[in-house]
Amino acid sequence: MSNVNTHPPLSAVTPSKAIALTQEDRRAEQIQTFVRYTLLTVVGFIMLYPLLWLVGASFKTNAEIFGSIGFIPQEPTLDGYRKGWETSTPYTFGRFFWNTFLIILPKTIFTAISCAVVAYGFARFEFPGKKILFASLIATLLLPNVVTRIPQYILFREMGWLDTYLPLWVPSAFAGDAFFVFMLVQFLRAIPRDMEEAARVDGANSFQTLIYIVVPMLLPALISVMLFQFMWTMNDFLGPLIYLSSVESFPVSLALKLSIDTTEAFDWNRILAMSVLALLPALIVFFIAQRYFIEGISAGGVKG
Amino acid sequence: MESRYMGLAYLAPYIIGLLVFTMIPFLGSLYLSFTDYNLINAPVWSGWANFSDLTTDRTFKRSLNVTLLYVFLTVPFKLAFALLIAVILNYKLRAIGFFRTAYYVPSILGGSIAVAVLWRYIFADAGLVNLVLTSLGMDAVNWFGDPVNALFTITLLRTWQFGSAMVIFLAALQAVDKSLYEAASIEGAGKWASFYHITLPLITPVIFFNLIMQMVQAFQEFNGPYVITGGGPLKSTYLLPLYIYDEAFKNFNMGYASAIAWVLFIIIMVLTVAAFWSSKKWVYYAGDKRS
Repeated sequence: MSNVNTHPPLSAVTPSKAIALTQEDRRAEQIQTFVRYTLLTVVGFIMLYPLLWLVGASFKTNAEIFGSIGFIPQEPTLDGYRKGWETSTPYTFGRFFWNTFLIILPKTIFTAISCAVVAYGFARFEFPGKKILFASLIATLLLPNVVTRIPQYILFREMGWLDTYLPLWVPSAFAGDAFFVFMLVQFLRAIPRDMEEAARVDGANSFQTLIYIVVPMLLPALISVMLFQFMWTMNDFLGPLIYLSSVESFPVSLALKLSIDTTEAFDWNRILAMSVLALLPALIVFFIAQRYFIEGISAGGVKG
Repeated sequence: MESRYMGLAYLAPYIIGLLVFTMIPFLGSLYLSFTDYNLINAPVWSGWANFSDLTTDRTFKRSLNVTLLYVFLTVPFKLAFALLIAVILNYKLRAIGFFRTAYYVPSILGGSIAVAVLWRYIFADAGLVNLVLTSLGMDAVNWFGDPVNALFTITLLRTWQFGSAMVIFLAALQAVDKSLYEAASIEGAGKWASFYHITLPLITPVIFFNLIMQMVQAFQEFNGPYVITGGGPLKSTYLLPLYIYDEAFKNFNMGYASAIAWVLFIIIMVLTVAAFWSSKKWVYYAGDKRS
């Protein structure tokens, strides 16, 4: 790694010596590149192999799951999927996927609308108390949820919202994820205001400007927001665990935990098969819309 | 002409949400931590009783120690790994996009319960990890039976998800002005020297950002231990969020649970403030203020 150290000042070497050094350098460079690729490939393989193994194991018989390193099943079977899908409850996993969808869809839409409106207010207006409100946004960003969770639970209980999706939906309609507001504000600040000012001169009010000018420009960032919300909600476990008690309204995450607790001790492939299905939507969405994730995360910095 | 309060109208949803879902619950939990409340009878003021009970509560002590160990193990491990891979990826490699994606996938999936389930399987006695170890001639490890190993499986799970921190590092590394390296190389600086004196100082704001975010997150780890180890063995993975959950939603000791939550909150705050305070000494801000 230290070959560059050996570079003497150029003036001090004769031309022929300089060429020899460059060749040596190039060789060292090639070796380094090789080492880097090898390292990246090996580490990447080790990291992704568990996922590969998971997919393979979901098609294995229960006897084969433990005891083999390989991921290709000897006697491929769909038993895990067939029986896992049925579950030991009166509902199939189809129901749980539907429930997940019912939680995600309103939540994602509410998040996009409320965060866009609030970010617009922060990025384009001056008003009394703006500084302190923006400071509160940053404070909320750093505030650990663990400290507000219990009173929130009591609040939703008082309102009679337990065992409904309302506790999961409603906060997102009030720009509940400070992070997204912050990300959109940053994005808006980087967009020049010319178009908006032109619209205002033409007589549009600020709301029309928001709808017709700002939202279209904000669209890529809004897609990032919705995708992240989709992923987080898909993976959310603690929220549903606290608020939902009837199996019929369980999302996939809770149903999966339930199936570990209730499935017979030797029916491993059912659980693995359902785990594969649980990961599938997030994987598909990620590969379709990768660009938005990487851009969103690089621009704003995301937890995860 | 619109009034100068127009901006506030757009902020209305945020202000309502801030009050109802953040401020009131925040103060509410402070209040509850000084009460006994079981959801059935009205909260009864009990002064400092919850906090003085905590000082003699052995489960709390154990849980606090385990939580600190977990955070101080996981955060440096994860950040170091994320930075290392980001630095390697930052060289002019052809397949950078491919590798970035491959390393990012676990981050996307890692929060899922399905991955926690997978972890239970691959770290089982006859699971994938032990099979690999024995095939390499090493001894199988009793991952879930041993207190230290069990906690380490959760650290490994979260380290495995280093992708999002890595992407942030990578973006910062790519933003470093290349002419600085050329200048350093003309001055005779080696690769390590220019990494240490140029790269590292320039990305300290991002290191700082990642450090705070990962720390706050690690202190609130719940899914991993809840699904993988159930807090065991011998409460060795019984992190404070698990204890809070059990006290609040299983035993319905809302007051006591709130007191634990506040202790956790104060620990996080103290460390965050300490990080911000120390950042003046080690975080480098270039001429333009990074927002």
